[in-house]
Amino acid sequence: MSKTTENKDKPKIKVASENKRGAKTKSAARPAKPVGKHKTARVKKPEGSETILISGNEACVEGALAAGLGFFAGYPITPATEIAEALSIKLPSVGGRFIQMEDEIASIAAIIGASIGGMKSMTATSGPGFSLMQENLGFAIIAEIPCVIVNVMRGGPCTGLPTSPSQGDVMQARWGTHGDHQIITLCPNSVKECYQLTIRAFNLSEKYRTPVIVLSDEVIGHMREKMWMPPEDKIPIINRVKPSVPPEWYSPYENTPTGVPPMAAFGDGYRYHICGLVHDVNGFPTQREDEIVALLTRLRDKIEKSRRDIIMVESEFMDDSNIAVFAYGSVSRSARRAVVMARKSGAKVGIVRPITIWPFPIRAVERLAEHVKAIIVPEMNQGQLVGEVERHAHGNCRVIPYNRFDGELIEPEEIINTIMEVAR
Amino acid sequence: MELSDLLYKYLRSDKKFPHMWCPGCGNGILMGSLIRAVDKMQLNKDDVVVVSGIGCSGRLPVYVDFNTLHTTHGRALAFSTGIKLANPRLKVIVVMGDGDATAIGGNHFIHMARRNIDVTAIIINNNTYGMTGGQYSPTTSMGLETATSIYGNIERPFDICDLAISAGASWVARGTVYHVPMLDDLIVQGVTKKGFSVIEVMAYCHTTLGRRNKLGDSADMMRWMRDNCVRNDRLDKLTPEEIEGKIKIGIHADRDYPEYWEMYKEVMAKAGYEGGEPQ
Repeated sequence: MSKTTENKDKPKIKVASENKRGAKTKSAARPAKPVGKHKTARVKKPEGSETILISGNEACVEGALAAGLGFFAGYPITPATEIAEALSIKLPSVGGRFIQMEDEIASIAAIIGASIGGMKSMTATSGPGFSLMQENLGFAIIAEIPCVIVNVMRGGPCTGLPTSPSQGDVMQARWGTHGDHQIITLCPNSVKECYQLTIRAFNLSEKYRTPVIVLSDEVIGHMREKMWMPPEDKIPIINRVKPSVPPEWYSPYENTPTGVPPMAAFGDGYRYHICGLVHDVNGFPTQREDEIVALLTRLRDKIEKSRRDIIMVESEFMDDSNIAVFAYGSVSRSARRAVVMARKSGAKVGIVRPITIWPFPIRAVERLAEHVKAIIVPEMNQGQLVGEVERHAHGNCRVIPYNRFDGELIEPEEIINTIMEVAR
Repeated sequence: MELSDLLYKYLRSDKKFPHMWCPGCGNGILMGSLIRAVDKMQLNKDDVVVVSGIGCSGRLPVYVDFNTLHTTHGRALAFSTGIKLANPRLKVIVVMGDGDATAIGGNHFIHMARRNIDVTAIIINNNTYGMTGGQYSPTTSMGLETATSIYGNIERPFDICDLAISAGASWVARGTVYHVPMLDDLIVQGVTKKGFSVIEVMAYCHTTLGRRNKLGDSADMMRWMRDNCVRNDRLDKLTPEEIEGKIKIGIHADRDYPEYWEMYKEVMAKAGYEGGEPQ
C-alpha cells in the first residue's frame, strides 16, 4: 500500500507522511470549506479489484498472504484466534507453514527462527500473549530479524477483559521489551486498513530489518466491512536485501548508508553468527565501548532517520479548525463521526489520526499544537498516547484526554460533549 | 583428518578465541565431539545450523564455523522449530544446558519431543547453573550445596533421558564428556536419526558445584564419571552388583515415530498445495 494509492482511494482525506504535515496545518487560515462535501465524496472501485465482506482479523490474514507470508506460529487467544484459524487453512495450501506452538514465547521464537531461515513470518496475539512475547521481541530488535506481530488489543491488565475492546497496549508496544530500543507500530481503524497495514508492516519490517507491530483492537478485529482486494500486481511488496558480496566478505551487521545491513538466510552459504547480546559487525558478542555504542546508535538511527518514510498521519477537516481530535484505531471512527456532527453544530473541529503511532509523529503534533487551541485525545485506556501528545505540544495548546476503560467503545456523543465544552 | 585440519576447517579460528570456558571445563570436549561428528557425517558446513540458549553452553556456537544462532534463555528449541520448518534441508543441532533445557525451556523441550521435529538436542548437563555462579538446577542431586541451597538441595532432580522418552522423542541417549569416542558416535547417530533426538551429555562444573561440595578438580570429576557409568550395550557382560547404583550411558530409546515435516507435507497436500517439494 502506498500513500498515493491511499490518496486515490479517498481523495478528501489527506494521508501524509510526517514531513508533509506542515503544508496542511499551514492552511489552517484558509476559508472554511462546506462540511457536507466530505460526505458526498465517492470513491471509485480500483480496476481489477475484488469486492469482499470480511472481518478485520480476516483482512490481516489476506494482507499477510498478499505480502508473501511463509510462516505463521501462534497460540490461541481471544480476540486474535481467527487469524490463526484462517492461516491454518490457507497457509498449507500455498506451501507455507502453520504451526500452533505451546505458548506465545515459543510462537515469536519460531517466527524469528523462520525469518532467519529466509521466510516472511508473523504471529498474532492479544495482551496476555503480547506480554509473553516481549522477551523475544527484544531479540528480533537487536538481532535485526524482520517479522510481524499482530496484537488485537483487549482489556487489561493481566487476563483483563478477554472479549472487550481496549487500547491498553499502546505503551507496552513501545516499551514492553527491556532496554533502549526503537519499534514500529501501526494502528488500523478499518477492515481495509487491517489489510493494507499488514502488508505495510511486512514491507517496513523487511526494509528496516526490524519487528513491526500491527496494533489492532477487538472492535476492528471482529468488525465486518466491505473492502476491495486489489489485484496482486498492484500490491507493492518489499523484500529484504540479500548480500551481494562473497561469503568471506560478508559482515552481517556492518553499517550501510541506510543503516540496514543486507541479510542472508541460514543455508544461503553465508555462515554467520546471530545473537541477542550486543555484538560487533560480525555478530559476535562484544564488550568494547566503541562497538556497543556503534550498534545501539545504528539500531536507533535506522528508524529515527527514516521517520518520513515510516510515519503516516491522516487529517480531515483541519483546514479551518481550531480544535483537533487526535484519535487512532477504533476510537478514531467514533471521533470522526463526532467531528462531523460537531461541525454541523458550528464547532471548528477536525480530526488527526496517527496511522503510525510508533515512532510517534512528533513533528505532526508540534505543528498541530501551534495552530489549534486544543487537542482532544480520546482513548480506550487511562491515558497513554495522550502523554506523548502533551510532551510534544510543548504547552502551545491545551491537551485534553478523554478516557474510557470499562470495556466499551467510546461513543461519538461522548466526544461531541468534550468538543462542545472546549469550543464554548 | 588431522587435528589441526579439523580446527581450521570447523572452528572460527581467526575470529573469537580464546573461548570463555574455565580451564578444565567439559564443554570444549563436547564441542570437539560435535566437530568430529559433523566431519564424520561429511555434512556441508553451509547446511549445518547450531542453535543455543543462554549459559556456558550458549557460547558454543560462537566458536564453530556453521550457521550459528545464540538465542534467549530456554528458547533455543522454539527458534530451531522455525528454522527447520522454513528450510527442512538444514541440519539443525541445538546445544543447551540443563537449566536451559529443563527449567526455563522445559515446556519447549517436552513439546518439541511431542511434535517430533527432525532436530537434534544436545543437553550439556552439569547439574548446576555454572555461568551465574552455581545455583541449583532441575538436575542437581538432592542434598548438594549450591549458591542458592547452602543448607542442601531439597528438590528431586529430573532424569533428562526419562523426560525426553516420556515426552515422545524418537531417539534418546546419554553420553559423558569422559567417554569421548562414544559421544562422537552418539552425536552422529542422533543427527542421522529422523525425528527429534536428544543426547544428554553428562558434564561437570568443578569451579562452582565441584568446589562447593568438595568433589575435587575436573580430573576427579571425570574419574567419578568413569567409575560410576555403565554402558547400556554391555549390561549383559556385567554382574548385577556391578550395575547396581550406576548411571547407564548409551542409547536409551530408538523409536520410529512419524516426523513432523513428513506429516506436514501431507497436510499441504490435503490443503491442495501442488507446488511439489516446498522451499
